[in-house]
Amino acid sequence: MAEQIKEPILELAGLRKTFGEAVAVDDVSLTLPPAGAVAIVGESGSGKTTVARMIVGLERPTAGRITACGRDRSAPPRSARERRRRGGEVQIVFQDPYSSLDPRQSPGAAVEEILRLHTSLSAPRRRERVAELADLVGLSDRHMAALPSALSGGQRQRVAIARALAAEPRILILDESVAALDVSIQAQVLNVLADVRERTGVAYLFISHDLAVVRQIADDIVVMRHGSIVERGPAARVLDEPGHPYTRLLRASVPRPGWRPTRKEQEKA
Amino acid sequence: MTVVSATLRAGRGGRGERGRLGALGMAAAGVIVLAVVLAAVGPILTTADPNASDITHAYGAPAAGHPLGFDGQGRDLLSRLLTGARTSLLGPLWIVTLSMAAGIAVAITAAWVGGWLDSVVSAVLEVMFAFPGVLLAMLVAAVFGPGLNAAVLALAVAYIPYIARLVRSAALAERRKPYIQALEVQGASALSICVRHLVPNLLPIIAAQATLFFSYAMVDLAIVSFFGLGVQPPDADWGTMVGGGQSGVLQGYPAESLLAGGCIVVLVVAFNLLGERLSEGRPTSRPWPWRRTRAVGAA
Repeated sequence: MAEQIKEPILELAGLRKTFGEAVAVDDVSLTLPPAGAVAIVGESGSGKTTVARMIVGLERPTAGRITACGRDRSAPPRSARERRRRGGEVQIVFQDPYSSLDPRQSPGAAVEEILRLHTSLSAPRRRERVAELADLVGLSDRHMAALPSALSGGQRQRVAIARALAAEPRILILDESVAALDVSIQAQVLNVLADVRERTGVAYLFISHDLAVVRQIADDIVVMRHGSIVERGPAARVLDEPGHPYTRLLRASVPRPGWRPTRKEQEKA
Repeated sequence: MTVVSATLRAGRGGRGERGRLGALGMAAAGVIVLAVVLAAVGPILTTADPNASDITHAYGAPAAGHPLGFDGQGRDLLSRLLTGARTSLLGPLWIVTLSMAAGIAVAITAAWVGGWLDSVVSAVLEVMFAFPGVLLAMLVAAVFGPGLNAAVLALAVAYIPYIARLVRSAALAERRKPYIQALEVQGASALSICVRHLVPNLLPIIAAQATLFFSYAMVDLAIVSFFGLGVQPPDADWGTMVGGGQSGVLQGYPAESLLAGGCIVVLVVAFNLLGERLSEGRPTSRPWPWRRTRAVGAA
């Protein structure tokens, strides 16, 4: 398989995180190939978001190693320059589109601020780049000049994606990034993501509990439960012939034609 | 006066300030603006020298050019009230400005860095809470000699824990929000995140609290001046005038104490009302409407 030949762009080895007595993440190892798309699925509390937060440096791992773009990032950055460099390697889009933008800042200004942080572009060139990024995620100049309160959830999430991409990361983590959106907007954002991946070669680490979304976007799937990985493999194989009982349970929980909620069945009987 | 204008500007939202401040809030704002204007243009309104004493007019009744009459030393009451308005407004303004600046800096640093620094700061604040502000101001005056500056400085220090506690908890909640964490992940410096994003988004809460604190500072400063440890004679100040008018009250001339006391009460009530209106019904997630961000890429 391709990803075994190519050097992985992100590698987690024996990652562990405890909060006091509670073990949130236990011995998680996975690799993400360049321009690949791997999904971590699992129910709430399975530790998948903690994994994402450790990769971007918002949580410090209790044990284990995180390597991104060939550089270790298990410990906090030691200098401002290293912090910025890490920002240019891995970016994240959060779940909640309503609090992920500064309510006082227009999307255009937010994206421009990131360009100022990571590049030495001139002001006119920065404005051009903001317009390019807006175009990439399908937002108009009018959207980029409005305040976040004037934008819908889907539009805000696209702003968050544009802002993350402004750093030109090699890896983009999408932490339940479409979960808060309704289905038609979800499809729009997923199309934007597929398009962006094709055009920029960014690798995705997709964190989700929604198997339908995962099937659309991921090449490989990692299934987490209670902080540990219970199953992994190519997306189609894991979803169509799940090996672990937990994966079968997750799959069985997805509403589909002919699906009857169990309570109704009991009432009939 | 910056606090006053800031809090007034705070009301300029899409839905109109009248609707949000309510009739009472608007009236309170009106009273405050009037007091500030009177304090500013006071010398134009009256020709009498506030410190010119003419003992033959002691406790004199209102006369032509002296609409409020005279105090026990034969000084014009109106001009003393008007010049007193300046110290009575500028004193609390300094207290609020200084304590806000220090309190916000301490609170944001503690909330951002967290860990042992946050614990130490919280412990120090707890100790400071135990010390009443007025008592501290009097102690300082007793040690360094009476005067407005010492009282203002002491009260500013005494107010820091109240401001720091409020700002710290608000900052802790705000820093957990994804938009702040997104900037951290980008690698932006803590200083730039705090100055450009965190503090501006706390401003609505801070402005409302500053208005309330202005009224507390006014009362505390008046108390210190009443005991003769704040503004020194012959300079006029409402607190000093309430104290200085005591002998007049005993002799049946309560005008000086009542007028100065009335001014304090009216303004304190106004600042309290406005501060409460500003802190009520202000969802923190609403965009702060001071300034529309410049359109980018709209060329």
